Amino acid sequence: MAGIAVLCEVQGGEIAKGSLGVLEEAARLGAALGEPVEAIVCGSGLDDAAMGALGGFGASKVRVADDAALASGIAQPVVDACASAQESGQYRYWLAGASIMSADAMAGLAARLGAGIVIDAVELHAEGGALVTRRSGLGDSVLAHCGFTTPVGVVVTRSNAFAATEGNGGSAPVERFSPTFKAYSQAVQLVGHEDAEDSGPDIGAAEVLVAGGRGLGDAAGFAAIEECASAFGGAVAATRAVVDAGWYPYSAQVGQTGKTVTPKLYIACGISGAIQHKVGMQGSGTIVAINKDKNAPIFDYADFGIVGDLNTIVPKLTELIKARG
Amino acid sequence: MRIAICVKEVPDPTAEKRIDAGTNRLVRSGENTLNPYDRHAIEAAVQIKEGPAPDAEITIVTVGPESANRSVDRALAQGGDQSVHIADEAAAGSDLLGTARILAAALKRGNYDLILLGQQAADSESYVMAGLVAELLELPCVTQAASIELADGAVTVKRQVETGYDTVKAATPCVVSVSDAINDPRYPPLPAIMGAKRKPHEVLSLADLGVDASTVGAAGAGTTVGGLSKPEGRGDTIVIEDDGSAADQLVAFLLEKKVVA
Ligand SMILES: Cc1cc2nc3c(=O)[nH]c(=O)nc-3n(C[C@H](O)[C@H](O)[C@H](O)COP(=O)(O)OP(=O)(O)OC[C@H]3O[C@@H](n4cnc5c(N)ncnc54)[C@H](O)[C@@H]3O)c2cc1C
Repeated sequence: MAGIAVLCEVQGGEIAKGSLGVLEEAARLGAALGEPVEAIVCGSGLDDAAMGALGGFGASKVRVADDAALASGIAQPVVDACASAQESGQYRYWLAGASIMSADAMAGLAARLGAGIVIDAVELHAEGGALVTRRSGLGDSVLAHCGFTTPVGVVVTRSNAFAATEGNGGSAPVERFSPTFKAYSQAVQLVGHEDAEDSGPDIGAAEVLVAGGRGLGDAAGFAAIEECASAFGGAVAATRAVVDAGWYPYSAQVGQTGKTVTPKLYIACGISGAIQHKVGMQGSGTIVAINKDKNAPIFDYADFGIVGDLNTIVPKLTELIKARG
Repeated sequence: MRIAICVKEVPDPTAEKRIDAGTNRLVRSGENTLNPYDRHAIEAAVQIKEGPAPDAEITIVTVGPESANRSVDRALAQGGDQSVHIADEAAAGSDLLGTARILAAALKRGNYDLILLGQQAADSESYVMAGLVAELLELPCVTQAASIELADGAVTVKRQVETGYDTVKAATPCVVSVSDAINDPRYPPLPAIMGAKRKPHEVLSLADLGVDASTVGAAGAGTTVGGLSKPEGRGDTIVIEDDGSAADQLVAFLLEKKVVA
């Protein structure tokens, strides 16, 4: 086994930012281990020149599976493509970012190859000639140094662990390959898609975000959050739980699958603080948490935490800020 | 219709968090509880039984020490008809792939039409078990379902992806993990809690399943934990209990920090 394969995901016709950051980190790791780094791209109607540009982010070669079966963004056909790439490439490591598709595809690949899998890796190190990851655990209170005993190791990195640069403008040779698809891998059919509307306020630009989670109780609970946000001159953010439940629009979602925000002030109301939420807001200047459960993980990374009922605290906060207006 | 739900017992999130310095494993002594995310998978199965598939038979499947039977009973009380519990010392220390191998072996035996999981484990925050199990079983897989509809031998699932919401369809048998927003799990009434113990419990060893012990557990783990270190913290956290003045204290803090003028 030799070399590092990086699954580079196509989202909306472009290589995902998260993939580029992982590719650059893989290039640093590859240099330290003396292993070449190849980018693997799966999709349909992909452009050679655009794919070759991955050379500017550290890929020595770009291998492209271009097939209608890979158009839907469903993970299982991508597992087949990665397995085909592995057959000819015999990679020692597979790396991918933490998108829904990539994480599912890496899980499938690890199972297919009998490879150890580490998810949520925040650092990649070359130690003793091998990859040793850092994976945070126990509410991010420890970093476990995770390595592999299997001939192939699979890693899904944490969202935003590796920020991409603009690249160096270089390019790499593109090689196309044809995957062999399995029947069960093609059984999930995409029958509809609603694009997330970006019509709401641009939460990425807001200096203050007041965020609501399931602790609001229902969709109507967002009225108090909106009022509070407007008192601060800020915008409203949300967790996946309330977006999935239809309480608030997807464009306001912060986290692994949603947006990454860095406001001056982030006030989390009725949010437990799952890692998948944290990765989208931990870069905020000041973090405030209001939660009735004193053991909620959000308090582990807040600057100011209030254990109490948001239904009384948030309106009061709104009044106080309005009064200063 | 046969529905299986893979559940996990996890350390109570309210208990003190630590990793054993000797074994580098999560300490599982003290109060354990059913993974809260799994309750949504159980509720989803119960709703299928109450709706499109009244004949559904729901099996709770878990891998864990014998003491995990309390969480199995908790899951049964919420809506399972029977349980399959793989309790074997050689399974201890299994990594993600090892656990998936054991689950897959148990699931294969049951010929389930629908295999449900929660969105993630509350202890490790891992969210890839559905993908691992589905691949080992060579079944279609849909993760992070925000809704499930079952009709004509197929599930239709709405799920969030980075660009919005996909609706996907898969014929059964298949594997589905569910988002924590898919439903509000009901608390089991007392008689259901009392009755759980009397439901059929099957406790199996790795040998019963024909799982080669060297491919699972600490011995078969594909990943190793070589050491532990401390991540950079965020710094000091002030946490106060609201006594009626919390909003005033917060504003004072924000003024002092010059976050508000
Ligand atoms: C692959 C994947 C991707 C994900 N992507 C994202 C993402 O992008 N963004 C995201 O947010 N999540 C994401 N999640 C989901 C994440 O893991 C959590 O499930 C989610 O963040 C929980 O949302 P929540 O905090 O609103 O709900 P909960 O976890 O249910 O927390 C509600 C909180 O409200 C508190 N509460 C209740 N009532 C009150 C009250 N009256 N006053 C004060 N507090 C109260 C409770 O104590 C609780 O802590 C993802 C998960 C996976 C597996």
